[in-house]
Amino acid sequence: MLKIDGISKHFGGLPALEEVSFNCREGMTTALIGPNGAGKSTLINCIAGSLFPDAGVIHFQNQRIDGLPPHQRPYLGISRTFQNLALFPRLTVLENVLTGLTPEAEQSFVKSLLRLPATRHRERLLRLKAMAMLDNFGLTDKARWPVSILSYGDRKRVEMARALVSGPRLLLLDEPVAGLNSAETARIGAEIRRLHGAGLTILLVEHDMDLVMSVSDHIVVLDGGRLIASGAPEEIRTNPRVIEAYLGRMSVTA
Amino acid sequence: MTPRDKIFYFLTIHRTGLSVCLLAVVLLAYPTLVANPYLLGISNLIAVYLIAVIGLNLFIGYAGQISLGHAAYLGLGAYGSALLTIHTGLNPWLAMALTALAVGLTSFLVAIPTLRLSGHYLAMATLGFNIVCYTIMMQWNQVTGGPSGLAGIPPLSVAGLPIDDEMRFHYLAWTLAIIVLTLGLNLARSSLGLALAAVAQNETAAASLGIQVVRAKIRIFVLSAVLASLAGSLFAHCYTFINPDSFTIFNSIELVTMVVIGGLGSIWGSLLGASLIILLPEFLHFFETFRDIIHGLIVVTVLILLPQGLVSGLKDLLRVRSLMSKKNAQN
Repeated sequence: MLKIDGISKHFGGLPALEEVSFNCREGMTTALIGPNGAGKSTLINCIAGSLFPDAGVIHFQNQRIDGLPPHQRPYLGISRTFQNLALFPRLTVLENVLTGLTPEAEQSFVKSLLRLPATRHRERLLRLKAMAMLDNFGLTDKARWPVSILSYGDRKRVEMARALVSGPRLLLLDEPVAGLNSAETARIGAEIRRLHGAGLTILLVEHDMDLVMSVSDHIVVLDGGRLIASGAPEEIRTNPRVIEAYLGRMSVTA
Repeated sequence: MTPRDKIFYFLTIHRTGLSVCLLAVVLLAYPTLVANPYLLGISNLIAVYLIAVIGLNLFIGYAGQISLGHAAYLGLGAYGSALLTIHTGLNPWLAMALTALAVGLTSFLVAIPTLRLSGHYLAMATLGFNIVCYTIMMQWNQVTGGPSGLAGIPPLSVAGLPIDDEMRFHYLAWTLAIIVLTLGLNLARSSLGLALAAVAQNETAAASLGIQVVRAKIRIFVLSAVLASLAGSLFAHCYTFINPDSFTIFNSIELVTMVVIGGLGSIWGSLLGASLIILLPEFLHFFETFRDIIHGLIVVTVLILLPQGLVSGLKDLLRVRSLMSKKNAQN
């Protein structure tokens, strides 16, 4: 479904990614792991369109997407969340989720200025859809709260709701549980499994190994901008190169 | 629902429409209550400025950008409309429309390079454009009349009735102002308004959700310039005389002051902001000399105490209070 083929990206003279290739298969949860500075964020930003790769191609459902601007991703069915939360703090929870429906919203300037009954009707439908999504995440009571007064865990879930409300085919999750306590992590984990069960294709970037091992079908390991291993969770767990990357050479030889 | 609940529900969901109607009724009756042409002149000026301030508020308050040069578009609108009617004898309404079109195009061309900038750089670029326009108005004597300006601009007329006194202009200007107010409220409540707010608060996230950030900014900038142009034309045809002094960078800053005081991103706030700043000199007679200092003080005070401006700030304050008390009641 998502084919990453020979992606390289350099910042100045520093290579952040060197010829990374892998696939995300439809309906599978693929995890992208690696130590800090391995190039995970660079790669997810290349897929999301906020960075353009220097070399290599990315295909999504047989369409080439590297080089397309980020705002076209949702129209293709690709949604993302952000590592350090990228909500709109002065908007309410409901409004934040509504922005996730941009591809379905009214785009005409004139129609928006006139607010014709048809436009209103369309907005009402979007609102209902957003409310239904809030209900999935147990956020109904907080729909009218400004995001800025929510707890960190709630904000993470608002961002998930915003990414999912348009019904994407591929979800890019950039460290969805970073900074969450174990109860909140378990909640997000359950949500990822539910989405997986519903057939969504997920690319997960995460440091929390328990979460990665429990939700992934396939794991891709990066180190120093290179792909060093890929396979099923149990293979990755015992792969010496992965252990070396995480724990250092000494502990393997010792 | 009891009948009382029904009425309350009706009032709640139609609050915006009802507020606009209420304002319209008050303004309809206003000239019969206040027959004083001087007072009408002041409220007319509020109406003219309101049109420009709403446009600017959409650009600054919703889209989160800054323009310190909107008086330039006000000036282009005024001069464009004045020159067309004086030299070609064109119908003033047609002249207004043609000018607005030309200003829209100009602002589009200005927007393409300048809206790549943000923050201080954008402020400087827009300020620069204002200075360029002002210099042309001052120096190009043969066309603009230089510092002494243009006189003898024909008034607008509606159905053969010339709009040449304060009372008639009151009805015309406020009709237009209320139309613009309604359009502004509509846009602010629409999905596009939400998209603009999103752009203002986080461009990367907005883009990832399918919002075309640059396009959204350019569209709202052009809209605000067109509204400023219409306000400028209205100003020219109302006073039948214009000179460059009304379109300096200080006037631009005055427009921004109106937006900030009323509330960034509050359409109703624009009404309050325009009214306060225009009424203020009437209460403080020493004001004229210290105008820019006092404006500065007001902006700084508002930004420190209520950074979202009077209307949005008080609204947010009340909303958070009520949410908190509900939360406490639940616990």
